[in-house]
Parts: sequence; C-alpha cells; structure tokens
Amino acid sequence: MIQSLKMALKSIAGNKFRSFLTMLGIIIGVMALVILVSLVSGATGSVTDSIAGLGSNLLTVTVSDDKGAPVTLHTLNEWMEEDGIGLIAPSGEISATARYEGNSDTVTVYGTTPAYETINGLSLLLGRFIKSSDVDNHTNVAVINETAATELIGYTDCLGEEVSIDGVKYTVVGLLEDDEDSLTAVFGRGSIVAYIPYTSLMRLSSETSSAITSFSVSAETDMATAETAMTSLLMERFDQDDDAFTISTRDELEDAMSSVTSNLTILLGSIAGISLVVGGIGIMNIMLVTVTERTREIGIRKAIGASRRVILQQFLMESVVLSMLGCLIGVFLSWAMLRIISVVVSSLSMSFSLEWNVVLIAVGFCFVIGIVFGLYPANKAAKMAPIDALHYGG
Amino acid sequence: MIDLKNVSRVYQVGSGKVYALNKVTLHIDEGEFVSVIGPSGSGKSTLMNIIGCLDIADSGIYLLDGIPIEDYSESELAKIRKRKIGFVFQSFNLINKLTAMENVELPLIYQGVGKSERKTHVAEALERVNLTKWADHLPTELSGGQQQRVAIARAIVTRPSLILGDEPTGNLDSKTTDEIMGIFRELHDQGNTIILITHDREIAEQASRIVNIRDGKLSEVGA
Repeated sequence: MIQSLKMALKSIAGNKFRSFLTMLGIIIGVMALVILVSLVSGATGSVTDSIAGLGSNLLTVTVSDDKGAPVTLHTLNEWMEEDGIGLIAPSGEISATARYEGNSDTVTVYGTTPAYETINGLSLLLGRFIKSSDVDNHTNVAVINETAATELIGYTDCLGEEVSIDGVKYTVVGLLEDDEDSLTAVFGRGSIVAYIPYTSLMRLSSETSSAITSFSVSAETDMATAETAMTSLLMERFDQDDDAFTISTRDELEDAMSSVTSNLTILLGSIAGISLVVGGIGIMNIMLVTVTERTREIGIRKAIGASRRVILQQFLMESVVLSMLGCLIGVFLSWAMLRIISVVVSSLSMSFSLEWNVVLIAVGFCFVIGIVFGLYPANKAAKMAPIDALHYGG
Repeated sequence: MIDLKNVSRVYQVGSGKVYALNKVTLHIDEGEFVSVIGPSGSGKSTLMNIIGCLDIADSGIYLLDGIPIEDYSESELAKIRKRKIGFVFQSFNLINKLTAMENVELPLIYQGVGKSERKTHVAEALERVNLTKWADHLPTELSGGQQQRVAIARAIVTRPSLILGDEPTGNLDSKTTDEIMGIFRELHDQGNTIILITHDREIAEQASRIVNIRDGKLSEVGA
C-alpha cells in the first residue's frame, strides 16, 4: 500500500505539467463547490443572525376574510386586556411619494398606534413617537427614520419640518434611529420610512380603512401563551374558520429563510458536483493515456512478479492521489479566496469562512471520483497479458 | 526441474493455424545451463514465454518443479513468476524512471520482503554484477552492458530456481557480450539453472547443453 503510494507520487511528480492539467478539473470543481456553498451559508448566517437578533417576541396577524366582523382599533384595545396578550398595534402599509422642497422620493408609510414603538423595539433619536391623541384626532404628524431625514430633508435635526406625502402635509415630530437589525434593514437596506397615526393613513389611502387587516402583537409573558390566546380570540371572531387569518412568528420566518437557503445550497452544490464529475472524466482520460503509454512498463512489472492486484492497486492509487491532490489544492485555494472575499466585503458585516462539512463532502466526493474514474483504466492495465505488454512498441 | 511433454502453442493467422510450438518435449535438470538456438520465427520466444509462465500452452503438460502449470490462474502464474523465475531480456526492460537500485528492488517489493532485508539482497545482487557504484543512476545514464547487468541483478535478487535469458546479448557489442556471458557462466558455476535463448551459435556453445529449435520442433545437439 505504502509502496504503491510512493510509486504513484513518483509517477505524478515525473509528469508535473500533465498532472497539474489533469488536476485542474478537480481543483476548479472543488473550488466551485466549497466557495459557493460557503458563500451561501455565510450570507445565510448573517441574515438569520439578524432575524434572530430581532428576538422572537412578536406575532404578526394578517386577516384575509373578516366575515363581516372587521377588526377595528376598538377591537384591538379590547383584546389588549385579554390574558396572555401584551400590546397590539395595527400596521397599515402603503408606498407613497414624499416631497420636501425640491426633493422627492418613494417612502414606505406605516399607519399605526403608540404601541407599535414598544412592540417593534424602535428607538427614538429626537422628538416623540405617535401619541394616542394623534390617533384620536387623526393629526398629520409623522415620525421618520434617519435615512428619510438625510435623503429627503438633507439633515437630521428636522423636527417641525413639513413633508408632503402624496400631497398631504405632515409635520415631522420624531426621528427614529436606523435599525441595523430590523427586518426592513435586512431586506431593504437604507429604505425611507415614515410612521403616521393609523387614522391619518385611513384618510391618506383608500386601501386602508377602519377594518384592520394586519397587526402585530407582543406577549404578556411568553410567545406560546400569546399565540394560543390570539388564536382563540380570532377563531371566536371569525366563526371558527382558521383560513380567515394567519398568525406568523419570527420562527416561521427563519424557517422559510433556511428552507430557501438550503435549497439554494443544494442547487449550487449539485452544479459544482457536476463540474467535479467532469474533472473526474479528465482524470480517467489521462489515466487511459498513461496506461497505454506505460504498457511496456506494465509488462515488465508483470514479468518480474507483479500480480493483477498489484498493478490495479498501483494505477488506482495514482488516480486517487491525483484526485485527492487536486482536492487539497482546491480546498486551499478556496480558503484563500474566501479570505479575500471576506476582506473585500467586510463593510457588509458578513463573514465567509470555510465550511468544514462542505470540505469533508468535497474530500469524500473526490475520493469516490478518484476510485470510480480510476477503476476502468486500472483494470485495463491489470488485465493486460504480460507477453503482449512486453512486446508493445518494440 | 523442467518437464515439457508434447507442448503445443498454436496461433490463428487468418484462416490458417501456425504451430509456434509443435509437440515439444524437453527435460531440464536442476543446475543445468541450456541454450536454445534457432533462427527468428522458429518458436524460441514462445518456448521461453511458456517456460517463463508468461504464456500458457494450448496442449501438452508443463511441470515446473513438479507443479503442473496449465491449470493455474493468472494470479497464481504471477506468484510463480515472482518466486521461481528471473528474466533477462534482449532489450533489458528496465523501468526508466527508477534507478538501478530501485529496479533491482522491485521484485522483492512484489514478494513483500521487508525494507532492511531488501537492502541487503539488493546490495548483494549489485555487488555480484559489479555495479555497486552505479546503484543510484537511472538506466538512461548507463551503457547497454551496464543496463543488462542491472537486469541480471534484478533477475537473481530473488534467488529464483530458474534464470531465463531471451537473447540477453542481442543488443550488445562483442566485448560486453563476453562480459555478460561471463556473469552467466559464473551464475551457473554457483549452481543456478539457466536457460539461454539465442540465434548466435557462438553464444549457444558456451552452455553445457544446446537444444535446436526450428519450425516449432526441438532437437538436441551433440547429445
């Protein structure tokens, strides 16, 4: 075994350039596999970290069919009194055009109540959030985020400025910190956001009415109790029809994310796997050439006592070593590449590192490829009749 | 130790059959130095391949050390080759990527001999053919005579029962031929069984017994 390993290394070293070209297929295949999968899982890691950072402390309820019993602000206030349920805040959402002096930009407008600030863990930099009186009087006040202030108004100290949203003037009363970890920040970095009283949004947009279709709920004690309580309340209201509404938690979001990314990983992995197989065919091709070239050598070895098994072992070892060497080089280059990528994108706060389980898969896969694609040439060598081999080419 | 009885080897050429060996019967005792002489195409290489277990007869019986060969599988034949037979070929047949020492070592590796034991055997064999100084050279750096001496060292390193030479001097000039033949005679004096195949009468006459081969048939000379 060790002897055939030595022989294999010698034969590979004796033909360096050809060996390198042969390995190139495997090197590229391994790099594709390791880098792509590591990139996906690195990106996934940073996204799921962000989601997890939000804490799973809120439920999002969407009503699709109110069965003639619409959920209103008044209903929500009643439900807040129930056991197990903390705060509830409606969230109407529209996309509108905001104008300030000469500037105009698309803004995501949320219509809500004071509870929203606590439920979603927003943090104010300046001013105040929406108050109950704003909701009661449907005043035209807006709380905007930092991005909105800098992009639209041009400076952050903008309390008291008047911004027009879809033609209606709103006074800026509060400035929110851009939340790096918020869901909107994860998916749409640096979007312009404005929060206005729910009642004001009802006036602004025909899509939003007193019938609330979407709201978020925080728990009094734990999420499970809150979810059970909320479900029973909604079931009661909507004639025990659980198709009328959906309750989602962050966990479900994470599950959805991870199923998307694991599908992506499998897809990219199989593409890279195909290139590895192509690399394996390259090895087989070269091994067949090698066997033909060394026919005479095989004859000599057989004449002086090498059995079929020994010859088979020698050539199989050579193809496995070629493949594994390619694999090692590929893994090393992937590592180097990932380091470079990490440095380049370090500003995105994503970190990419070698995924060891992918490396293990790559190593195992290369081993199998070395054996599978080496078997045919090695067998061809082993089966040569010694006299024919000896007299080959003179 | 070698007993061939009515051994035939037939090749199919086109629609006809050619007898490379036609009912050959030959007996060689332990310690004999026999040369087989015949022109090219006479079947002498086929005879050597069969004696050397590289090829199997189509009919007849071949006993090597009392063992019938024709029943054996390829892997058993490989075992017999590695234990009992040492080959010396006309074209040396060394492996060019390996040094002289490594070439000589190879049969021992196939026999599974341990490293330290291999070293002593290789050193002995190279000493015997007077090549100790050239142990670390590649075959391409050696002269024809030196290469053939490496081949002889490789053939004797396993202490085989039989040394087979297939025109071992065919590619050498007369001076080196004498040198190589000297080594063969020495090996014979030390009690080795040697079969030499040649088309050169002068070489054949250095053996203690000459067998003629022509058109696949054997005849003893001066028996």
